Amino acid sequence: MSVERALESTGNWLDDRLHGARGVRVLLRKVFPDHWSFLLGEVVLYSFIILLLTGTFLTLWFQPSMTDVIYHGSYLPLRGVRMSEAYQSTLHISFDVRGGLLIRQIHHWAADLFMAGIFAHMLRIFFTGAYRKPREINWLIGIVLLTLGLLEGLFGYSLPDDLLSGAGLRILEGVIQSIPIVGSYVAFFLFGGAFPGHLIVPRLYILHVLLIPGLILALVSVHLFLMFHQKHTQMPGKGRTNENVVGAPTYPYFMAKTGAFFFFVFGALTVAGTFIQINPIWLYGPFNPVAMSAGSQPDFYMGMLEGALRVMPAWQWVFFGHTFAFNVFIPALVPLGLVFTLAAIWPFLEQWITGDRREHHVNDRPRNAPTRTALGISVITFYGILWAEGANDLFANFFDVPLYWITWAARVGIFVGPALAYIITKRICIGLQRKDNHLIEHGVETGIIRQLPGGEFIEETRPVSDEALAILLSRSDYPALPAAETPETAVPPSKMRGGLGRVRERFYKVLTETAPAPEVNGHAIGHGNGHAVEGNGQGHTAISAGAGPASADASEEDH
Amino acid sequence: MSNNPSGQPGSGDSGEQSWPEYLSSRESRGSFGPGESSAESEGSVPPRRVIGTPPPATARTMLADHGDGGAAQTARELPAEPPDPVKAKKAELIVAACFLIAMLAGFGFLVAYGLIGVGSVTDAQHSNLWLGGTLSLVLLLLGAGAVIWVRNIMPPVEQTEARHPLRSTDADREAFKETFEEGAETSQFVKRPLIRRTLIAATVPLAVAPLVLLRDMGPLPGTSLDHTVWRKGRRLVVYGTGRPITPGEFSSPGSIISVAPEGFQDDDDAMAKAAVIIIKFRPEELQPPTVLPWTVNDIVAYSKICTHVGCPAALYEQTTHHILCPCHQSTFDAARGATVLFGPATRPLPQLPMGLDSQGFLIATSDFHEPVGPSFWERS
Amino acid sequence: MSWITARRRHPAAGYVVVALVLILIGGGYAVATGGRAAASSPVAANAAQIAQGRSLFVENCATCHGLYAEGVNGQAPSLIGVGAAAVDFQVSTGRMPAAEIGAENVRKPPHLTPAQTHAVAAYIQSLGGGPPIPSAAQVSTAGADTGLGQRLFVANCAACHNFVGAGGALTYGKFAPPLTASTPTQIYEAMVTGPEAMPAFNDLTVTPQEKRDIIAYVTNVRSLPNPGGFSLGRVGPVTEGLVAFLGLLFFLVLAALWITVKHGKAHE
Repeated sequence: MSVERALESTGNWLDDRLHGARGVRVLLRKVFPDHWSFLLGEVVLYSFIILLLTGTFLTLWFQPSMTDVIYHGSYLPLRGVRMSEAYQSTLHISFDVRGGLLIRQIHHWAADLFMAGIFAHMLRIFFTGAYRKPREINWLIGIVLLTLGLLEGLFGYSLPDDLLSGAGLRILEGVIQSIPIVGSYVAFFLFGGAFPGHLIVPRLYILHVLLIPGLILALVSVHLFLMFHQKHTQMPGKGRTNENVVGAPTYPYFMAKTGAFFFFVFGALTVAGTFIQINPIWLYGPFNPVAMSAGSQPDFYMGMLEGALRVMPAWQWVFFGHTFAFNVFIPALVPLGLVFTLAAIWPFLEQWITGDRREHHVNDRPRNAPTRTALGISVITFYGILWAEGANDLFANFFDVPLYWITWAARVGIFVGPALAYIITKRICIGLQRKDNHLIEHGVETGIIRQLPGGEFIEETRPVSDEALAILLSRSDYPALPAAETPETAVPPSKMRGGLGRVRERFYKVLTETAPAPEVNGHAIGHGNGHAVEGNGQGHTAISAGAGPASADASEEDH
Repeated sequence: MSNNPSGQPGSGDSGEQSWPEYLSSRESRGSFGPGESSAESEGSVPPRRVIGTPPPATARTMLADHGDGGAAQTARELPAEPPDPVKAKKAELIVAACFLIAMLAGFGFLVAYGLIGVGSVTDAQHSNLWLGGTLSLVLLLLGAGAVIWVRNIMPPVEQTEARHPLRSTDADREAFKETFEEGAETSQFVKRPLIRRTLIAATVPLAVAPLVLLRDMGPLPGTSLDHTVWRKGRRLVVYGTGRPITPGEFSSPGSIISVAPEGFQDDDDAMAKAAVIIIKFRPEELQPPTVLPWTVNDIVAYSKICTHVGCPAALYEQTTHHILCPCHQSTFDAARGATVLFGPATRPLPQLPMGLDSQGFLIATSDFHEPVGPSFWERS
Repeated sequence: MSWITARRRHPAAGYVVVALVLILIGGGYAVATGGRAAASSPVAANAAQIAQGRSLFVENCATCHGLYAEGVNGQAPSLIGVGAAAVDFQVSTGRMPAAEIGAENVRKPPHLTPAQTHAVAAYIQSLGGGPPIPSAAQVSTAGADTGLGQRLFVANCAACHNFVGAGGALTYGKFAPPLTASTPTQIYEAMVTGPEAMPAFNDLTVTPQEKRDIIAYVTNVRSLPNPGGFSLGRVGPVTEGLVAFLGLLFFLVLAALWITVKHGKAHE
């Protein structure tokens, strides 16, 4: 049927009932900007959809029950072993359902990719400043989604009740138990009694297949709706301003690209599920509370907590008959709590410090916000060191390093590493900014050497193309702090008074520290502008139309 | 744009402007179509579009804001054909090939499903390879074909759409405020505090009810965390085989074995706290703070449940007599009462008092003298 | 002029000569040291075997272990009473003679042939007794209960050696080695004798049948194919997480780049 006839029959039928012509047309024509990093969110979205699809398949066979059975199935080495029905049904899916192992593996890989994608997407948003007004709500929703994702993954891989994930549940119970005042109560309520009980798997099951996916689905819908409604941000470039969106329309371009990307995500996950084994629960064996394996780690997204638990020294305080188990609840609550809280308040903190309450629709290049980028790398370093510490026994075994050295290195590293990372990253950003300035002021080296009449050799430069120039020049300017009300009396303005005001001023100076702006004289960029900004002594000329003798003179004016 | 007074897109540098004005302006606005260099753009004016005339290679359009205008388009917004028909034709063949192979792979999946059975590890391996391999092909080829289609067959386009400030107009805000306040007033909610306060009072217990309903999720811990199932006279049996142990059998120095209370080795709830390891030492190796009266023939019994967060700590180095918990590397000195040497655990592993029964088997002479496992608030 | 002489100045001539010499030396060494002899059975030792063992001991072991296996303080322990099983384990896995006195001795190609190993073992057994080398029947896994083997292995062995015997880290640079290359005899001997930091599990605590069950589980599982694909070392989620980031996410970033890169993008 031709497009026109389809529209007339089905389209009209729907429109008669839904009044959609104008609204849907707006959606179809919506312009979506294009940048590879904008697809990271799609990685997460499509992984989630694949999780829903594969997960539904698994629920058709999985039994969320901790009732003990003796195994007599297809996996021979475990015949005669006592295990839970949950574990047995997972073995059944893996070895007795066609496609079962494939779908199980795709599901688990998709969970890993979902979390990896969230981290990548969140970092992209952070480093480009896309969380700024008007997108703070979406940022907060994102952090909630990250937390829900963590829980969803933890609960999901604990469902098969195998030795590895069961040990994880044991650790979870021990951590909860250590919380002051309420710990033992919460632990008993969650597990329905002492560990392991027989209720935890069915409870986690319903959280994992119904409640949390429902929450995630709802929040993702809001997240996407807000993104549509507020329009996506765009990378700086020629013709891109804060008041427009440049790109290609949803229909057909964006739809086609996003559809293609869905197939890539699904395809990549299927390749992984086919050729790379994941979560081989038959090798781990069923959970039993007497057994443990060397090299036991949770899935990678829980790795930071694991590392925090390993790195913590043995501190506790027994006070009036009660134990403050610092060695457990500090690593469980503090590092992750710090990072997530800082992340959640960051848009508002930045707004308070800089006083910048404008809408931002053009992304920052990370180098143009050196302090923000350095802070982000610093947090990544902190996170990463704890992550690595979580695998310390594997590192020790693989790299032949004594075990305790790694823990000591991590104990020192979680303080020294972020500080170093901050300093180094900030300097790198400012250095990159200076390089950009150089390009703007002096143009691009062409590799053509010319001899001037006076005998000196110079390298000819050409001005940067318009496209690149637009990108190089895109820098957020921060509004100035409110000035003193009367310069003579130097009374600070109301918002800058007191201790908090001084703190704000301090932070403002640090946060807005960047390389100086490029010197651009009134002429179009590249004309006769031979000034060397930092007296580097390189006299070279920008070659472009109409430069004439002015450029030759300018080249003598080295500063 | 010339006859569109409302909803004027706020362009970067000029306000209201008619279409002819826009087209004749020499300032570079919007983006250039891909493939055009900056030199070409200066001085060139995009030609007027007329219905039926094929557009040039690149389409540069400032989208008119038809969102609330509702008027039908007078000119095409999107080019109808790609710029290079030969290249597009080649790409079309590639895309078709991708989709065809994908189709064949899809059939392969169905055939593989039908032909390859499961029921053993090797069969599962083959099934996984064939099903997964064919499915991967289908998906990746669909993706690749779609990308080639978009990039090489759909004509490249770059459009600019205006953003509107998200902030509503003052008039709209004022109207909202009026409506909201009117409604509040009409509802009498604000004016009659008795209704308001009693409503809130009525909902408070209702809000607490869902929390209260969760009370029966589990029993209160009470003192259960302080005890295990070990009792005076309960025999130690090898975990897994259930065989009781005599010191004469467990006699090789440097031995360790995991042990359960007799009768409880299949009770996971009990074993999660009652799992015990016994270690045989050479004479004189066991030192305080190991409680020597609780040992039998240089055999000492410790709780296997790590005092950090409860993993079974079973890694034992005979030469250094360290017990290492593999979870977080808490290290205990088995010769010295399992005192903590390294790692996050704060308490030594509790020692189980042992004795011998009348037949010479190892028994517990009482429960542990302190709670086993991870610390908790009520533990003193 | 002969064919070779005519090509003596060929550019590749030097490389060919070096390669030939290496092959000669390597091949000659392999021939000289001889291949593995057929496994000899650890039958009841006779005086000749003990005597041979004594002389081999003096050649290879006495420098560290003392002339009469009494041990040298700070260097090597006494071998009196360790039994033939300990010697067979250490020597057949190549751990002994030790290359250096380090944190731990690692498996390497054995220095003595099986017959020689049994001779030394017989000699040490004659000095002070100890666990004998298990017979073939003792390590046969026919009819073994892998389920019980799994339970015992995972409760007592996996904490050091990992779920499937892939190995793990211990303290101060020691490690529990992977069990992928161990023969059933070696596994039995290790359990009984407790080499180095490994604890001992004598035959009264873990009976020979139970040991066979454990051996059956270990050998069974290690030879199982990986139905899900590459095993990533069978060490768990750490390697899986690395693949998710470095493999999957990276591939998808490449795909995203392909989808969004502009045609004929102008540079700078």
